[in-house]
Amino acid sequence: MKKMSNKAFIPLVYVCALAFGLLSMLAPNDYFFSAAYTVLLFVILSMAWNILGGYTGYVNFGTAAFFAMGAYTTVALFKFDPKMPIGVMIIGGTIIAGLTGLGMGALTLRLRGVFFSIATLALSVVMFTFVVNWDYVGGARGAYVIAPQDVPFGFKRYIYFLYAIMVFLSATSIVVARLIESSTIGRGLEAIRDDELAAECCGVPTLRLKLLSTTISGALMGMAGATYPFFVSYVEPASTFNLSYAVNSIAMPLIGGMTTWIGPLIGSLLLGSVQQWVQVTVSSAWNLLIVGVLLVVFVTMAPEGIMGWWFEFRKRQRIRKGGAQ
Amino acid sequence: MSEATSDLLVVTGVVKRFGGFTALDGVDLNLKAGERLGLLGPNGSGKSTLVNCICGTLFNDAGSVKFEGHEVSRMAAHKRIRRGLARSFQLPKPFGTMTVVENLCVPILYAANARHGAVHATPAMAREQAMEILKKMGLAAKANEMSSGLTQVDMRKLELARAMASQPKLLISDEAMAGLSNSEVDEIIDLLFTLKEQGIAVIMIEHIMRAVMRFSERVAVLVAGKKIADGDPQDVMRNPEVERAYLGE
Repeated sequence: MKKMSNKAFIPLVYVCALAFGLLSMLAPNDYFFSAAYTVLLFVILSMAWNILGGYTGYVNFGTAAFFAMGAYTTVALFKFDPKMPIGVMIIGGTIIAGLTGLGMGALTLRLRGVFFSIATLALSVVMFTFVVNWDYVGGARGAYVIAPQDVPFGFKRYIYFLYAIMVFLSATSIVVARLIESSTIGRGLEAIRDDELAAECCGVPTLRLKLLSTTISGALMGMAGATYPFFVSYVEPASTFNLSYAVNSIAMPLIGGMTTWIGPLIGSLLLGSVQQWVQVTVSSAWNLLIVGVLLVVFVTMAPEGIMGWWFEFRKRQRIRKGGAQ
Repeated sequence: MSEATSDLLVVTGVVKRFGGFTALDGVDLNLKAGERLGLLGPNGSGKSTLVNCICGTLFNDAGSVKFEGHEVSRMAAHKRIRRGLARSFQLPKPFGTMTVVENLCVPILYAANARHGAVHATPAMAREQAMEILKKMGLAAKANEMSSGLTQVDMRKLELARAMASQPKLLISDEAMAGLSNSEVDEIIDLLFTLKEQGIAVIMIEHIMRAVMRFSERVAVLVAGKKIADGDPQDVMRNPEVERAYLGE
């Protein structure tokens, strides 16, 4: 099976994203865009989580912290100058969350396995406490971030614009994941995941690659988070640091399959859409229950996720074909 | 080259303690380029600890490790292999989610590439080089199999092949033959002999006496963290201290 070159892949992703965005104009109502925003948010979060969790093998429970870093960078920048373009805020959020990732990596990456995971959860709590006590961004009261009246680039409503941004950012996160996956860095991360000591003894600079991985993963999460204040208009710590971000961004790659970029994409589109659908048709309280049940089903029945299933299916088919010849 | 650098590896007075226990107590060891050394010693005598100190998976508390005249004892393991100091593990540590050939690409892309500087191997070239090595090691037929599914003997071969892929100047084989049958042991020894032809020095750590005697030009014996003998294999075997360590009083 020959893999597509990155030169062909990158334009293809953006063209698909553009087509998807244009197709969305056929949506029957505006609620679609709110729901789709949330799904795309999870596409980015799980893509980002997978860079550290899937490629490198370090399970991060602190997704909410990085996400919130992005969101609160926007809040802080908005307080500083409400007219600042959203692009600047996204870049700011990406950088701040990336630096948070780098810092977390430097502090915790000497820990392995479950100890690393606990440390990331602790980081989330520390960040939460920090934000609750930071008055400039509203503290525990929360803060309003009102989207500007005149929407840029001639979009009719701000949610359309936000949606378009999310489509673009999702495509970007896919490109980043695929670039890492297909590069020497990706090979090194894979080696770390399989056996860190052996990787080090094969010349892989494990510490440096792990730091790179936490930084990129954190940065992408922050990038997604930076758009969030404009989506909800009112940001407060309890919901921004919600554990559901961590749970979802772990469950989605796990269900989709963690070894390739396709896994988290499928997982997040599937699980995200089901959640949105259930929220409207059944009740919003069922959301996390579904995640939990699916997680248990997949961990027991298909631990390699949907993609793992698919690869296994293809392999069997090939063997059967080979046998027939 | 100055006199001090004529030896490939110079280990002087290496001490390693784990809490109150002294695993290595001032070990000296020299090795010339292309030499084949057998390292013997009863269980717990510090052989693997010495390997770990030489390769950088552990840092020695005192003493020095010089490789090609450069002090490497404070250098991270990945930097040492880039200089040409490779090892295989006692318990095979394959990259389980990769195929056999991909396993070899890791040291080619990371260790060999880093050394050659400008002449970088692209992933496609790395794959070709890896296949060459697998052919020599008799693993070519399994190149595209998952490494986690290999048999024990193939996994040992993969360990050696992966160490080879980094194009080392010194390869330390840490009990590559433990638990293998006689014919499998011979297979591995033959592979190690081919390294000599390529000018690679080898330190072989082994319990299987027959293998050590057949393979080594020189034998060193560690007992309780101290080197008690070093020299011609036959002489070392006749050394009364060595006999006592192995057979008791």
